[in-house]
Amino acid sequence: MAVEVQAAPGVQKKKKSSTGTFGRVGRYTVTRLVTLFFTMVVGVYLTILIANMGGYVDTIMKAQIRENTTMAFMSNKGYQKMDTATRAKLLEETITQQEERLGLNTPFMVRSFRYLGNALTLNLGDAQSMTADNGSKQVRLIILGRLPATLLLMGTSELFLFFSTLFLALALSRHYGSLWDKLTIALSPTSTVPPWFYGIFLILIFAAVLHILPFGGLTDTPVPTNPFLFALSVLKHMTLPALSLILASFFLSIYNWRTFFLIYSSEDYVEMAKAKGLTARNIERRYILRPTLPTIITQFALTLITVWQGAIITETVFLWPGLGRTLYTAIGFYDTPVIVGTTIIYAYLLALTVFVLDFVYALVDPRVKVGE
Amino acid sequence: MTMNNFKKSLQEIARYPSAIVGAVVILILIGVAIYTMITIPYQKAIVLWRGGEDVWYQNPKTVPPEWFNLFTKKKEPISFVINTQKGNLTRTINTHSDGSSTITLTYKFDYQFDDFPQDIALYFNSKYVQKQPFASLEWTTPDGRKIQVANFAVPAQFTYRVSQDSVLQTKLYGVDPEIALFADPKSPDPKNPIPIKGTYQLVITGITWEKNSDISAEFVFLGQVAGLAGTDFYRRDLMVALLWGVPVALAFGLIASVGTSVLTMIIAAIGAWYGRWVDGLIQRITEVNLVLPFLPILIMIGTLFSRSIWVILGATVALSIFTGQIKAYRAIFMQVKETTYIEAAKAYGASNWRIISLYLIPRMIPTLIPNLVLSVPSFVFLEASLAVLGLGDPTLPTWGKIIDDAFNYGALYKGLYYWILEPAVLLMITGLAFALLGFALDRIFNPRLREA
Repeated sequence: MAVEVQAAPGVQKKKKSSTGTFGRVGRYTVTRLVTLFFTMVVGVYLTILIANMGGYVDTIMKAQIRENTTMAFMSNKGYQKMDTATRAKLLEETITQQEERLGLNTPFMVRSFRYLGNALTLNLGDAQSMTADNGSKQVRLIILGRLPATLLLMGTSELFLFFSTLFLALALSRHYGSLWDKLTIALSPTSTVPPWFYGIFLILIFAAVLHILPFGGLTDTPVPTNPFLFALSVLKHMTLPALSLILASFFLSIYNWRTFFLIYSSEDYVEMAKAKGLTARNIERRYILRPTLPTIITQFALTLITVWQGAIITETVFLWPGLGRTLYTAIGFYDTPVIVGTTIIYAYLLALTVFVLDFVYALVDPRVKVGE
Repeated sequence: MTMNNFKKSLQEIARYPSAIVGAVVILILIGVAIYTMITIPYQKAIVLWRGGEDVWYQNPKTVPPEWFNLFTKKKEPISFVINTQKGNLTRTINTHSDGSSTITLTYKFDYQFDDFPQDIALYFNSKYVQKQPFASLEWTTPDGRKIQVANFAVPAQFTYRVSQDSVLQTKLYGVDPEIALFADPKSPDPKNPIPIKGTYQLVITGITWEKNSDISAEFVFLGQVAGLAGTDFYRRDLMVALLWGVPVALAFGLIASVGTSVLTMIIAAIGAWYGRWVDGLIQRITEVNLVLPFLPILIMIGTLFSRSIWVILGATVALSIFTGQIKAYRAIFMQVKETTYIEAAKAYGASNWRIISLYLIPRMIPTLIPNLVLSVPSFVFLEASLAVLGLGDPTLPTWGKIIDDAFNYGALYKGLYYWILEPAVLLMITGLAFALLGFALDRIFNPRLREA
């Protein structure tokens, strides 16, 4: 379920301020940046607390370390010849070492602020148990390693969705009440079904019954060495997950855009333009698209942020090695640095987008002035 | 909007066929939910779903439902049981002078299917002090052949499975016993044998050596189809989970959507009415909440804290209150706040709470109802989504858990489509029913969007 995000433009219409434009914009920029920064800090800190259940995870991890180390000692023949006291001492030392390595010897509250500081400075650090494909433990490399797969899948499907539904909706709003219009309205409830659910049906039809597309994964095994065959193989594996992501929002997205355009095309100035005898194309460009541009841009920006998050369940169902599945694995391993790493980047992107959008509005819409 | 208008709007639903379909499906689902909770109470459902092999032994593993036979030419064998309560079982006892006795158990059944069973299992119980009773099994086919199946001593509790008897398999020229016992020796293609139809008979001749010693056995025929919904890899009847999935899905979806919508609206109303720091605080919480990753947090709570459906439900509602919706409601409340009748209320000295609950909130009902109905499917699917990630409720049988089990077992690879399709279709029907009703309500309450 996507969280609905309404851009919060600090735009209100008031009477003209006495200071100059520069001062107004400057003051606005500073307050906005400070608010956004604090929002982000609180959000990220809450995520850190939740990812550790307020320190409860420490207990789990300590128990895990103790169990694993004890097991390792028991199965190692070399230690069995030692006398009990030495072995117990060595065991305790190893456990302490392990706990220190994961930072468990410092109290959680202290560590939580260290996590926060590191996160805010984008110093993502090392993962606790996960590794990147090249064996590195750096969170940065883990995330970067998985990013291409997510960008490919989500980028393709989200961009396709955005532009295709936008233009189809524009065409439909011209043919209000036509058969295609009615069909879209009738099909819009199909978007209550999440993408992974379509995924199951698509796997059933195209992979299990027809055997024309793979069940999941990123490429064939063994991975083709020829770059062209490699691309073809990725494309083949991407078809079903991308299709399920698209199907899940296609009709509702057209419906929403269409309704949105219809509301704007019933404005008086559009009627006026029609009366003046302007061509449909001109009306669309100047009188419908122009005033709706801020909303379109907001939606586009939010679409781009969605891409970053990946689709946890769809990626899991299709065994797609993207960020969503990495996040899911990280949660399973209680790997706080990876969880916080993905969250902080999302938070930064969101804050940045919201901030930039305020200025974009002012650029595209002459009725809006920054900071007024 | 007055009460009269509201009623009129509801009457308008009748003009939307899709809304009627949606409403009827929802009513049927509610009926099924009530029926389920009465006929299979919670405790019984848990036993049926978590009880263990003792509860499921009469079912075959991973077989489709019985009604598949209606659509296929090749009739698959249906599972059945012969014991003292059910089926054609005759029992004769011959007591001998030395205290030993011969107990003959004859199981007869009519076989009219075109395929072979999954297995035949015999669940023996015996009573003895020193010496275990002895049993020998003889199989008679409709064409009169007699096959010596097995001879063995019977401990107090013992299960004999035809398919696992390698001695019998050797005797039957290496053909799997559950096939060879039914196959026609004159089958045109020996690689693809055909079963003989007719009356089969299994005779267990038990010899007990002591006085008061006894032997009994339950004959379990495990077919290739079972029940109304088929079974899963534990031999569980899927019907239990499909039925219990209805109240769980409805409860989760409705409680989450009502809880979220109503709380969102009340909080938005309070913020809009009191303004100042109250409003500011609500706005800030909303912005922080937008930064929090919704699904990952639910997954964290499921993994680290509790997978109980009620904990997840609470977290879902808590995280869904402060979203973009609260800003949309706030915007409408801000407009309503300036209207004249609010001013009139203030003038006659109405308290803040009176204004919020009697004047502000009722104005929102036309927006609230369609939103509420429309958000039900997303919550129903959320429960299923979490179950697919392995975070379903550990005790309750739900649709999502069936899909998760099936997926982990590789049901799609193995061609066990019924296993995934049954819960998936139910989920889809539930989701679509609420969506159809919700979309129609949206058009009725917000006439601006109505089609030509």
